[in-house]
Amino acid sequence: MSQEEDRRTLPGHVDFELPAEASKQTVNGRHPLNGRPPGVARADVRPRDAVDIWDRRVARGLAFLRRRLAGAYEVDDFGFDVELTDGVFYPMLKVLYRDWFRTEVFGIDNVPDAGGGLMVGNHSGTLALDAMMLSVALRDQHPKDRHLRLLGADLVFRVPVMSELARKAGVTVACNPDAERLMSSGELVGVFPEGFKGIGKRYADRYKLQRFGRGGFVSAALRTGTPIIPVAIVGAEEIYPMLADLKPLARLLGVPYFPVTPTFPWLGPLGLIPLPSKWLIQFCPPIPTEHLTEFADDPMVVYNLADQVRETIQTTLHGLLEKRPDPFGP
Amino acid sequence: MVTGVSRFLGARVAARLTADPRVERVVGLDPHDPPPALASLLTGVEIIRADARAASGAIAELGAEAVVHLAVTSAPDPHAGGRAAMKEQNVIGTMQLLAAAQASRPLRKLVIRSSTAAYGASFKDPAVFTEDTEPRAVPRGSYARDILDIEGYVRGFRRRRPEVDATVLRFAPLISSTADTTLTRYFAQPLVPTVWGRDARLQFVHVEDALEVLHRSVVENHPGTFNVAGAGVLALSQAVRRAGRISVPLLEGTLSSLAAVARNIGIGQIGLDQIDLFVHGRVVDTTRLVNEFGFTPRTTEEAFDDFIQGHANGAAFTADRLAAAENAILEGIRAVRASATAAAGSEKP
Repeated sequence: MSQEEDRRTLPGHVDFELPAEASKQTVNGRHPLNGRPPGVARADVRPRDAVDIWDRRVARGLAFLRRRLAGAYEVDDFGFDVELTDGVFYPMLKVLYRDWFRTEVFGIDNVPDAGGGLMVGNHSGTLALDAMMLSVALRDQHPKDRHLRLLGADLVFRVPVMSELARKAGVTVACNPDAERLMSSGELVGVFPEGFKGIGKRYADRYKLQRFGRGGFVSAALRTGTPIIPVAIVGAEEIYPMLADLKPLARLLGVPYFPVTPTFPWLGPLGLIPLPSKWLIQFCPPIPTEHLTEFADDPMVVYNLADQVRETIQTTLHGLLEKRPDPFGP
Repeated sequence: MVTGVSRFLGARVAARLTADPRVERVVGLDPHDPPPALASLLTGVEIIRADARAASGAIAELGAEAVVHLAVTSAPDPHAGGRAAMKEQNVIGTMQLLAAAQASRPLRKLVIRSSTAAYGASFKDPAVFTEDTEPRAVPRGSYARDILDIEGYVRGFRRRRPEVDATVLRFAPLISSTADTTLTRYFAQPLVPTVWGRDARLQFVHVEDALEVLHRSVVENHPGTFNVAGAGVLALSQAVRRAGRISVPLLEGTLSSLAAVARNIGIGQIGLDQIDLFVHGRVVDTTRLVNEFGFTPRTTEEAFDDFIQGHANGAAFTADRLAAAENAILEGIRAVRASATAAAGSEKP
């Protein structure tokens, strides 16, 4: 007989519950040490039969392996493999997102629950970790667990392995037909119009938005009437502070830049470990575009809208930077 | 009139048209005698043993109202003259057939077999091709280049004879339990070479659906260019796993040179077209086909399942075996854990 049942049978038993703990503020997207998730009463975290949990985990893991080996999963037209992304990629990236970068997310209500949307963000950080973190943030924080479909440079699809992983994670080539197809089928599309100019800039130029290309992303959104959601990401600039760009070496290797950071290439593969900066991600209010559909080919409208998006991101970046005085703070 | 009746698709189309009461007379045009396996299909078909060069005479003499051009080869056959013969048949053959068709007054309909290879393959391509997508560069595969030439001739034909309904059908790779193509032979091997670091998205169309579309485009009027493919996508690795085969990832260069060696000694027919397909993948939008023909081909997945059923032998893994292995491992772990807990329990009573 367990202790609890024992207690219940005793005379004079009253239904007594400990007063609920005041819900603790989440810090960096996780709960502070020795706290338990707010709103979860003590009784709910009663230790379950440990054998059962492990049995279920093993069974689930084996079933996952079997499905992978038998090819019994679905891939969409773009090669997006939901099962692999949710089962393998996101859990791995989430460790980086939560424990390494201590990411905080603001304004998640600005992301629609359903229907298409075009997220436009600032790009930085030598390697495009910010894009991955943005999709993890969306998956983690959004009530509907939405997936972000990123648009990548064609360089990503030129490289073996990387192209395969990118396709599986739902990335596709940054071109208008793909973007429009995704948006009209109600997906959230993520784009970084700065491209290599953004991620390949020096540390001295951090948080200064680069040129936004020709605004192709705006005309794609206008053509499909999809709202544009500007996103500001703070923290990615400090992960690999780029001190210099070895242009001749980059040309030799056929890449857009060759970074020199305090750790790369001096420490070899260790230099690939990102510095643990503090990340803040802010989703700005969506800019509706339904009423502008017929101006999709008007360069003036497209340019002005792209400029508006750029200004919004730049202002939000400054706001976020004030919230985070120390780049490597808690 | 149907060209290429000595081949798999041509013979079946001719047989289907013969069975249709709306079609008065079916004439097959082919330089070769149909192989015995296909001869039984062609009992009601009049066969003219001639190549496309003789087509002008044949079309004029017969007063054909519809020409179905299927004599397009996708891979060079080393026993029949190799690449030179392939080009002769695909490009020169089409050119001559279209020239003859252009001169024929009673002609009302032209149906051309094309391929999704017409979209080429490049890193910058959109993920899904619509009929209006132009290839970014001239593809390096010989078949794809032939297809582009053929489509070019059809464009010229449309300009000169606008009153003739010209239907161009861009087929995804054909597959079925019985079809025998380069790609089905590739998936039927126990070890399937793939390109390392790439996982192409593939689409297939079931042979029966391809026949249905060809049939409808002859007896109905559907001018234009249409993608013919099964909805949905299989990744190459996924397809290999579903077929229960083992993939052998090779570097792209290694695979190309191996394929070239195999071609030269005449054991394989994997060309640059196939390698490009395995590197880049190819997915097309079939909305236009579904809307115009009112016909939805079975999905890529269903078509591939049919292929797997026809080629079940030789599979290393099957879904049943994997499920059995899964159960065995799970039971094993449970047994070990149970005995471990029992042992721990007996130590501390």
